[in-house]
Amino acid sequence: MYRYTEFDEAFIRERNAQFRAQVERRISGALTEEEFRPLRLMNGLYLQLHAYMLRVAIPYGTLNSAQMRQLAMIAERWDKGYGHFTTRQNIQYNWPKLGDVPDILDALGEVGMHAIQTSGNCVRNVTADHFAGAAADEIADPRPVAELLRQWSTDHPEFQFLPRKFKVAITGSPNDRAVTRAHDIGLRMVEQDGEPGFEVIVGGGLGRTPMLGMVVRDFLPRADLLPYIEAILSTYNSFGRRDNKYKARIKITLHELGLDDLRSRIEARFAEIRAEWRGADQEILARIEQDFAPPAFRDAPVDAYTRARAADPVFRAWADTNLHEHRAPGYAIVTISTKAHGATPGDASADQMRVMADLAKRYGHDELRISHEQNVILPHVHKSDLPAVHAALKAMGLATANVGLISDIIACPGMDYCALATARSIPVAQEIAQRFESLGLEQEIGAMKIKISGCINACGHHHVGHIGILGLDKAGVESYQITLGGDGTEAAAIGERAGPGFAYDEIVPAVERLVTAYLARRAGPDENFLQTYRRLGAAPFKAALYPEEKAHAA
Amino acid sequence: MSRRFTPSVVTANALLSGEVVWLSADNQWTASPQQAALFTDAAQADERLAWALTQADIVVGPYLAAAKPGADGPEPTHFREAFRRRGPSNYAHGKQEALCSG
Repeated sequence: MYRYTEFDEAFIRERNAQFRAQVERRISGALTEEEFRPLRLMNGLYLQLHAYMLRVAIPYGTLNSAQMRQLAMIAERWDKGYGHFTTRQNIQYNWPKLGDVPDILDALGEVGMHAIQTSGNCVRNVTADHFAGAAADEIADPRPVAELLRQWSTDHPEFQFLPRKFKVAITGSPNDRAVTRAHDIGLRMVEQDGEPGFEVIVGGGLGRTPMLGMVVRDFLPRADLLPYIEAILSTYNSFGRRDNKYKARIKITLHELGLDDLRSRIEARFAEIRAEWRGADQEILARIEQDFAPPAFRDAPVDAYTRARAADPVFRAWADTNLHEHRAPGYAIVTISTKAHGATPGDASADQMRVMADLAKRYGHDELRISHEQNVILPHVHKSDLPAVHAALKAMGLATANVGLISDIIACPGMDYCALATARSIPVAQEIAQRFESLGLEQEIGAMKIKISGCINACGHHHVGHIGILGLDKAGVESYQITLGGDGTEAAAIGERAGPGFAYDEIVPAVERLVTAYLARRAGPDENFLQTYRRLGAAPFKAALYPEEKAHAA
Repeated sequence: MSRRFTPSVVTANALLSGEVVWLSADNQWTASPQQAALFTDAAQADERLAWALTQADIVVGPYLAAAKPGADGPEPTHFREAFRRRGPSNYAHGKQEALCSG
């Protein structure tokens, strides 16, 4: 993992000291809210419905046990004893007091973390495949490049005032777990004639105008990455719209100019600046790569794992859903579900964080990951240690065997916390999870991604949910719109709106009708919801959602 | 044509804690919605909001929120204000916590 250099530490210390003085000036009355607001947002501090909210970056979703422990300490000392992991691999604290935030930022700095650029019209936290460095299907670990991007984009003077926010995601695997096509820039590591490089995707984004990114360069040599990203941002900075914030993202620039025009502008800018890059970035990247050297995997028997599987059906169920194939023999990737049925997706208590940190330290080569699906991952666990890991998780309510199933729901904070929300998300997620648990259908339904957003900005990624749910304010009452057939993987698709919205007390039964229709029509137990939807189209699902209309039509 | 005025309370978030607060009849910022003053006159509501906007060392982002008279002080007419008044639905935090602890 990347370790902060003296330069990084000094930079964070100075930024934190600046912010401490800004907070003091705001409290003393020397700064107005209008003056202070952009300063606090640059440091991740929002004012939400009930309180301030501090959004802390977890760069490319990677952290070590000391960092996780510090997040727990912060939750306990300055918040209400928990934190919320987000769809952008950040953690949010929902209840900090303004006067405590400088101390929180200093505490983060102690473990090489910060909240810089988690808001504002700048390059946000660079996200990555949460299985990076561990997945069996990976070409290369994308995190050194993500770290290079973090260093390059942090406080980059040219790109602090872009037309709008800018999100970059990177994957080193052909199986896209980073939703690269829904980002302003998506990077996929590829090889051409044995040479490593990137497929560069631009103009993806969800929100008000959902669009899948398009390939602007199908092969970019590795050493060209930063100059090419600079060319994209520079082109966007010049041609992105600033007259209308709803048309300011690069996806609109792409849509209005067209791919060929945007590409030729990017390539022209790239040709202009390429020579200015003389290789310092590659030297820095080489140093960063040393920090990401794989851990020393051990070669040991897995008998303990095999025995536990045979003896304990609870362990076996968990192993079947929450483990993924690791590239090292005898190892597994463990996904810790934060989604016990009825729990708030993405929330972890300070005690839970400490147990996960302890497990990472003892069994996981001191590494943890946060996924955009709001779960926590132990990327490197030897299979012989899995029974012990499972037992420790179980004791903390963290052993729910539901990863990838219907209760593994993404939900944004919605109107329970967010000032922008138009409806609640969290209780809808809680009720769906509890409903299908009580029906005992979860395993039977199989792979299912439900994603819920509490407003059109789509932090809950509803457009790429197999079933997407969007909460709106319809004439003063909460109303939930369903989209169907979305997909966030390498076969990305934007879900189609099914029809009129449902009231708060109608949305869970509506989802149940969709699932019942799927179970009745699937070709067999191996065909998941999305596959059935793709085979049959929307009609049978719409009929299930709106049975009265069908009756009227007949 | 001017929009018809809806009776309103003046509400904001406290600068230091971020907590939801309302303006009371005696021009104090109160964390208790029961203490909020309900303005039924447009000119008075605008005047109180203008005054609230000068309170930048105490509150952030004051605005008028529609409300109606209730048995125990003004009641919100929109669910967003009802959530601000109650707190989040997933934990008994915020205002609910204050109520629980008495």
